[in-house]
Amino acid sequence: MRFVLNGRSVSVAAPGSRRLLDLLREDLGFTGTKEGCGEGECGACSVLIDGQVVNSCLVAAGQVEGCDVVTIEGLAPPGGTLSPLQQAFIERGAAQCGICTPGMLLAAHALLRDNPRPSAAEVRVGLAGNLCRCTGYTKIIEAVLACRA
Amino acid sequence: MRDSAATATVGRSVPRREGADKVTGRARYTDDLVVPGAWYGKTIRSTVARGTLRSITLDPAFDWSRVVVVTADDIAPGENVVQLIRDDQPALARVGGEIRHHAEPILLLAAPDKATLEEAALRVRIAYAPLEPVLELERATETYSTIEVVKGDVDAAFRAADLIVERTFRVGLQEQLYIEPQGAIAQPNDRGGITVIGSLQCPYYVHRALKRALALNDEQAVVIQAETGGGFGGKEEYPSVVAIHAALLARKAGRPVRLIYDRHEDLAATTKRHPGVITHRTGVRRDGTLLAQDVEIVLDGGAYCTLTPVVLSRAAIHAAGPYACPNVRIRARAVATHTPPNGAFRGFGAPQSLFAAELMVEHVAERLGKPSLDLRRKWMLRVGDSTATGQVLTESVSAELVLDAALKAAPPIRPSAHPSVRRGRGLSLVFHGSGFTGSGEKKLSGKVAVACTKSGAFTILTASTEIGQGTKTIFSQIAADALGVPLDQVTVGAQDTSLVPDSGPTVASRTAMIVGGLIHDAATALRARLEREPPPLRVERTYVQPDTVHWDDETYRGDAYPVYGWACTIADVDVDTATGEVRVTDVVTAVDCGKAIHPVMAEGQIEGGALQAVGWATIEEIKMKDGRYLNDRLATYLIPTALDAPRLKTILVENPYSGGPFGAKGIGELPMDGPAPAIIAAIHDATGAWLDEVPATPEKVLTACASS
Repeated sequence: MRFVLNGRSVSVAAPGSRRLLDLLREDLGFTGTKEGCGEGECGACSVLIDGQVVNSCLVAAGQVEGCDVVTIEGLAPPGGTLSPLQQAFIERGAAQCGICTPGMLLAAHALLRDNPRPSAAEVRVGLAGNLCRCTGYTKIIEAVLACRA
Repeated sequence: MRDSAATATVGRSVPRREGADKVTGRARYTDDLVVPGAWYGKTIRSTVARGTLRSITLDPAFDWSRVVVVTADDIAPGENVVQLIRDDQPALARVGGEIRHHAEPILLLAAPDKATLEEAALRVRIAYAPLEPVLELERATETYSTIEVVKGDVDAAFRAADLIVERTFRVGLQEQLYIEPQGAIAQPNDRGGITVIGSLQCPYYVHRALKRALALNDEQAVVIQAETGGGFGGKEEYPSVVAIHAALLARKAGRPVRLIYDRHEDLAATTKRHPGVITHRTGVRRDGTLLAQDVEIVLDGGAYCTLTPVVLSRAAIHAAGPYACPNVRIRARAVATHTPPNGAFRGFGAPQSLFAAELMVEHVAERLGKPSLDLRRKWMLRVGDSTATGQVLTESVSAELVLDAALKAAPPIRPSAHPSVRRGRGLSLVFHGSGFTGSGEKKLSGKVAVACTKSGAFTILTASTEIGQGTKTIFSQIAADALGVPLDQVTVGAQDTSLVPDSGPTVASRTAMIVGGLIHDAATALRARLEREPPPLRVERTYVQPDTVHWDDETYRGDAYPVYGWACTIADVDVDTATGEVRVTDVVTAVDCGKAIHPVMAEGQIEGGALQAVGWATIEEIKMKDGRYLNDRLATYLIPTALDAPRLKTILVENPYSGGPFGAKGIGELPMDGPAPAIIAAIHDATGAWLDEVPATPEKVLTACASS
């Protein structure tokens, strides 16, 4: 199948029923996308498909034919710098163990794109599909609010 | 070398050292590692809670030539045991032996691909002769350990009391729920042994376990920590099981084997927080003077001993709460049942016993008709007071400081917007011993080293692991300041048992204070030597117990911990009296950490721990049927989301400890202790109903409201 991954066109042969998560991690080597539960509860495997936050453990690879897929590896602007959101996550202590961080960042990125000036309550709603066990969410919410337009 | 004042980093929230790797997806966790030629491993587990293992049959119609099978018979020359405190837990159950819990490991499989592995797993038949399991601690007949702490004469004091209040409290199981499940990759190494890389807190625990189960020497067994996605105690002892299994498969297969748990297996099989029943009797004078505390604690250890005696010890020592009472008797015992073994979890017994101790203050206050805050102020430990073990507190005693700080920071209580929703506030005051109990640190003799290369680069060599709490960053800050060099000249070496000394496990709120203290001393000594000698140089330091610390393991008297962290929690709740639903809206925690090496990370520990405790107190409930956890999936075992989480406010109070690096004390576990009793007190404030248990599920809240 063919799709765009982090801005580059990719072509990969895999059964259409393969989980997108496995296609990304095992076939394409994009291990920044994590598996936390395998049933769409934790959000560690969140990726963007045509801009929408999706749990890649619940998506069959065949469904992304022709789509635009963004993983954590595609979030930073080219040139080795970090996005303001990534920078804020580091500075404000929003990443602790880091296992939820890729999915959380993608969810936060989509949230700010759709709603550039969210309230704290709106940030909570926007991140409710991504579980974190380390932070109590406080510093994640602060980091997202710090990146408001 | 620059002047240390110019480069000071301690007290500043510098960027997390591995932060960039974590926000870009470059950080490599166990399952992210590509190991050429690795096969996939799987554990086949019991489907009964108790029974005799009659037979294991491999379906002859299946092609087993591409599958490696490991049973208990394949363990020799190693010992079939998971090394910890007692030698009661086998790595794999033996045919003819007893199965003691549901999901107990019976055999191991490895195959070159997942499809073959899953097919093979379906072709294994296991026969049992079932036995009746003991699933409730009240029915348990086996005891793992007992502890008695005695101070003064409780019986005589009760005779002098105007009022004696007795209550029984219950606390439930809890899953650590690190977001990265357990996993390890094992491979034969060129030392004639096995190298295991995995998600773990304590490399040397795994090292010792591998040596015994695979009959390896110190050099042959190599354990390396991969980036680890959370631990909370859940990766203290259980990774030894995963590592032994992966290593047995790798040895027999003669190739690398990946053994990565999925969430369902992790929830069904790995250790949980000990549930327990705690009964308190407290005797007071009419004016509120505290005369006597009599506490009985029973914890359910589950099917194997794991770390249960040590958990029980911490539970017992904290059972009187942060109060000065002249007469105390604490009788604690841990019993065996046929549930999966319980084990280490942030707080390690203290959240259980402090839950009871703090609610007891509320009950006594209610019976006396006095505000509980007044009793806390009257009873709280101050400098010169002695604890239940007779430890006289000499410094960094902060009960009053944190109480005042929390009260000052608490938001105004807003009126409820909905007629069926009642709003309430509760408060708790707790303390938590930093470091191992009693003579633990002395026996452990943790080691670290700080080395300087010829070119002037510094490396910290320690087995203490980064599991999200910030070890790598705060260790670098401590060393950089002690050396008087910029932070970027210091790195932390890999947590690899072939490279770093045994600093002890990453547990017990000991990393910043004990291991950080050793790093500070080693770095300071290295700095002095560099004045006289050229690099390369390496300075090692081993823990020596201060002469001021005295502890008697036989009588349980003396200095249980070098020092304590202190916390006051104020919780606000909304209780829907129509549905019984409890929503925790605000939690304020004031914490004395001695010195915040990195304030943002210290706050992060408090906030994360507080939410984990809110989960334990409200929604995290494990239901059991025939010894099996019913809600063994993330769809059914719920933890708080960003929507469920209260607003969390943290106040760091710094009352330095002279024995800690820059005055720091441990705080990793402290935030787990306070929220549960504060939330139950808040529910009472809102509804007038007392629950003496957690979690406060809607069913229990409605029942309590109906009977109040």
